[in-house]
Amino acid sequence: MEYIDNLPSMDLMRSEKMMFAQLIIPVESAHRAVSYLGELGLLQFRDLNDDKSPFQRTFVNQQVKRCAEMSRKLRFFKDQIHKAGLMPSPHPASQPDIDLEELEIRLAEHEHELIEMNTNSEKLQQTYNELLEFKMVLQKAGDFLVPSRSHSAAQETELDENVYTNNDYADSASLLEQEMQPGSSNESGVKFISGIICKSKGLRFERMLFRTTRGNMLFNQAPADDQIVDPASNEMVEKTVFVVFFSGEQARKKVLKICEAFGASCYPVPEDATKRRQITREVLSRLSELETTLEAGLRHRDTALTSIGFQLRSGPFLGEKEKAIYDMLNMLNFDVTKKCLVGEGWCPIFAKTKIQEALQRATFDSNSQVGIIFHVMDSVELPPTYFRTNHFTNAYQEIVDAYGVAKYQEANPAVYTIVTFPFLFAVMFGDWGHGICLLLGALFLIAREKRLGSQKLGSFMEMLFGGRYVLLMMSLFSIYCGLIYNEFFSVPFHIFGSSAYKCRDATCSDARSVGLIKDRDTYPFGVDPSWRGSRSELPFLNSLKMKMSILFGVAQMNLGILLSYFNARYFSNSLDIRYQFVPQMIFLNSLFGYLSLLIIIKWCSGSKADLYHVMIYMFLSPFEDLGENKLFWGQGVLQVILLLLALIAVPWMLFPKPFILRRLHTERFQGRTYGILGTSDMYNDEEPDSARQSHNEDFNFSEVFVHQMIHSIEFVLGAVSNTASYLRLWALSLAHSELSTVFYEKVLLLAWGYDNFIIRLVGLAVFAFATAFILLMMETLSAFLHALRLHWVEFQNKFYSGDGYKFRPFSFAALTDDDE
Amino acid sequence: MYGFEALTFNIHGGYLEAIVRGYRSGLLTAADYNNLCQCETLDDIKMHLSATEYGSYLQNEPSPLHTTTIVEKCTLKLVDEYKHMLTQATEPLSTFLEYITYGHMIDNVVLIVTGTLHERDVQELLEKCHPLGMFDSIATLAIAQNMRELYRLVLVDTPLAPYFSECITSEDLDDMNIEIMRNTLYKAYLEDFYRFCQKLGGATAEIMSDLLAFEADRRAVNITINSIGTELTRDDRRKLYSNFGLLYPYGHEELAVCEDMDQVRGAMEKYPPYQSIFSKLSYGESQILDKAFYEEEVKRLCLAFEQQFHYGVFFAYMRLREQEIRNLILKYLGNLKLDFYFEFDSTRIDFGEEPQ
Repeated sequence: MEYIDNLPSMDLMRSEKMMFAQLIIPVESAHRAVSYLGELGLLQFRDLNDDKSPFQRTFVNQQVKRCAEMSRKLRFFKDQIHKAGLMPSPHPASQPDIDLEELEIRLAEHEHELIEMNTNSEKLQQTYNELLEFKMVLQKAGDFLVPSRSHSAAQETELDENVYTNNDYADSASLLEQEMQPGSSNESGVKFISGIICKSKGLRFERMLFRTTRGNMLFNQAPADDQIVDPASNEMVEKTVFVVFFSGEQARKKVLKICEAFGASCYPVPEDATKRRQITREVLSRLSELETTLEAGLRHRDTALTSIGFQLRSGPFLGEKEKAIYDMLNMLNFDVTKKCLVGEGWCPIFAKTKIQEALQRATFDSNSQVGIIFHVMDSVELPPTYFRTNHFTNAYQEIVDAYGVAKYQEANPAVYTIVTFPFLFAVMFGDWGHGICLLLGALFLIAREKRLGSQKLGSFMEMLFGGRYVLLMMSLFSIYCGLIYNEFFSVPFHIFGSSAYKCRDATCSDARSVGLIKDRDTYPFGVDPSWRGSRSELPFLNSLKMKMSILFGVAQMNLGILLSYFNARYFSNSLDIRYQFVPQMIFLNSLFGYLSLLIIIKWCSGSKADLYHVMIYMFLSPFEDLGENKLFWGQGVLQVILLLLALIAVPWMLFPKPFILRRLHTERFQGRTYGILGTSDMYNDEEPDSARQSHNEDFNFSEVFVHQMIHSIEFVLGAVSNTASYLRLWALSLAHSELSTVFYEKVLLLAWGYDNFIIRLVGLAVFAFATAFILLMMETLSAFLHALRLHWVEFQNKFYSGDGYKFRPFSFAALTDDDE
Repeated sequence: MYGFEALTFNIHGGYLEAIVRGYRSGLLTAADYNNLCQCETLDDIKMHLSATEYGSYLQNEPSPLHTTTIVEKCTLKLVDEYKHMLTQATEPLSTFLEYITYGHMIDNVVLIVTGTLHERDVQELLEKCHPLGMFDSIATLAIAQNMRELYRLVLVDTPLAPYFSECITSEDLDDMNIEIMRNTLYKAYLEDFYRFCQKLGGATAEIMSDLLAFEADRRAVNITINSIGTELTRDDRRKLYSNFGLLYPYGHEELAVCEDMDQVRGAMEKYPPYQSIFSKLSYGESQILDKAFYEEEVKRLCLAFEQQFHYGVFFAYMRLREQEIRNLILKYLGNLKLDFYFEFDSTRIDFGEEPQ
């Protein structure tokens, strides 16, 4: 026992030792200190102002708002840059640190500048659009008015519409001709309004006009040639030029109102062709002028945006950082004198010197006369769990954490998961061909680690990338297991010498199931290739894999119970060792440990004993003679002893512990009328949460007893069901090998049987797809999930409580991860 | 098939019901209102709201905020949610959802018509319209000179057209007529909505008829109170009441002849559900009647969420959100007294915590 304690501690086995520290920071150096701590990223602050709303906190008004405003501006720039279609320049950000104030001033300047530019260009765009529309109206409306060109009658031109009166009116002409060919005079003036409207509104517009004028109008329209940029949305809009002919002053008012309501812009078109040409010329010249102005403006804006984008590269991060610092500062308390801030938090013990150094640096840099006080305090709260992981171990730790974060200093199953997880996976996925495919994938991910790590991946790819080292190990193990199973896409290979069996006679190749005799030494590694395709292949492999699964299962469950021993020892809980670990060990091993022993003896001795029979009759009639199923001397006696031990173990783990706990409790409180006082009143108001209350909780015997009963029953039943659960190793392995055999024989070999290139190609393609999608993806996933279950349920329920909480230090590095 | 909605409801309505219940959990809570009451400036409000569902709608607003911006953005959120639901909905839910907006349409029509009557700028009026009640040709309402034109030119295209059958007169538009038009339209709308819900049957009919009856009764009381001392004759007044609800028909007879507040009160106190509302008011107090009705309505709307497999939740959610936005308006109008907020979660049952 001494020996175990003196072993050097395993790195990942226990979480880092933590301490609860208090910081007393003078106000003047607070900001810098927090920012240095953020860079270090090893201290988890506790929110001391939990009860306060965001408004009552110290730094809310000026700074946090300022930061929010800044990030809003930055978003605005980003949006603008994006809108302008500029790519962020590829140079890396190698900027000297900009001060926050400076950044803020710069941002304000840039924003002002940009908004001004935008309004200017918008105005210009507006004018440009108007002119463009005018041009189109002139062209199109001109076409409608062409027939009337010959006629130059009296006309009156107004500013925004053209009223055009016909004096000569042909009484025989239809209404259409009245307007188009004004031949003779007419008392009522026929007038027209021309303009342009969005194509989508055109139909409704026409209907509305029709209704208002009760049909006394003529509506002519033609689609505009060019699309016009909508200044609001920056999109191209299709428009329609229209000319409405109507009569009467009342109708004119109505039509104008409708135009206004529909957002149609009206432009005066002179009826006279020469005048029209003149105006068109004017418009065209102004258009070209405006175009150059617009372009210049756009270019100017683009350069400005590029420079802003370059300058403010570090901006978003800086803003975020600043915001995070103030959020942290808000978690600190003012002390009585209002000159210092008080903070509390958790940090790992190894980080103490680093934190102190950072704090000293902060004091020095901010020219503060008073240093920052950093001292360790006691806490009744359970410390957070912090494992220092690296690239490799991280994914395994994640697998364990997904089930539950380890309690502080609890034995960490991730240590064993690193090996057992890929191994159990490989037992189900044993095929070295498939293993090599997986390996290539994993190596690809690892080789491009740097590049993939820095960019944003899709959720699926992200998952794959996160588990790249798990994938690597899984593939290596599945190559190993595949070699043992001797499967390469379900094809056996003679890698380790030739088969131990050979034919009795020459006709063997046809009837390979019969007539094989052993003539050489046993095949040195793994399954003999001759088994493949023989009639006894399945019975042999099934028996092998089934027994193997039980061995693995019993071994892993034993490891789990052993870990519960280490846990109990670490937390010096002798009660758990004596009344939980020992009976559990005895129970499991007297039944399933014994079964494993029988399996091994059977393998070694080559006996033909029926193990089912042995195990079943061990319970049904323990004193009966074993007969031909006897494997070794004294087996009958041993069985009786084991059975008795197992029977004793059940009450052993059920009864003593709750009773002893009760005795301990009554002894502790004997003769006391009052409850125990808390260690210090100071904590009482600071920690109203459960941590403290559970300490002084009354001892409730029935609750403890029921809990223990549930635990014991779970273990006893679990021992059977968990062992059975490990048989999934066999089942999945069987499924995998059968599936790959089907694809190989029924698809690839079948296709190869034809002497047709196309059929062969199709066969190959189907085989490749089936291998890639069904075997490499679906099967990998299912084997992964089953391995996950075996670890979470069968292994971890033996010892792992997993009710801790993670250490989340205040760190800027984590901020960049969250960004976007 | 009453009582068997559970069998088939989720085929079409399940997804959206889940969505709307999710939306509801985003409503501001009592704690939020407490915090909002402590806000001193609009920036504070913005900051607080940014922690709620409204956050993404407000975050890009530059700092000197205007009160209207906040309301605009909050309404925008409601509209976005509504549009999302509408696009996902199938018949008859989509029709049901459309019915919800008709009330706003009526309000918008009245707003524009009244506005043009007083020669306001159409664009300015359009900005004031509730976005849920917009329809294509709303701007052209300004052209109409009388009811008949209004109907013939514009409204015939809108879903409101059938409601107009009762108020097509060639009278000129003036304030009184417009108000009568509004109430007639609303009456027709409520009755139509009521019929539609009855047609849907099941829990929807049960719950919606309760909610709509309350709405109709409240309108009846409001019409009565507002028309006391005006030129409106008793018969005209009687015509504006919706033909369903708890007060129909005998309560209407009594309300129609009321001449002052106390008579209204006497008429209403005969109905147990309204007795509690009126018993809260001291005699002669009519200002806080609105508030009492709102509170009662909110309570009823919250109760609609207690039952599953019906469309009432959509109606209730839209109403609650609108009430919430109204609360925000009250907030900046300076009514800082906490008791003026209607809290939605007082009757809320917590579904949030799953059994461990």
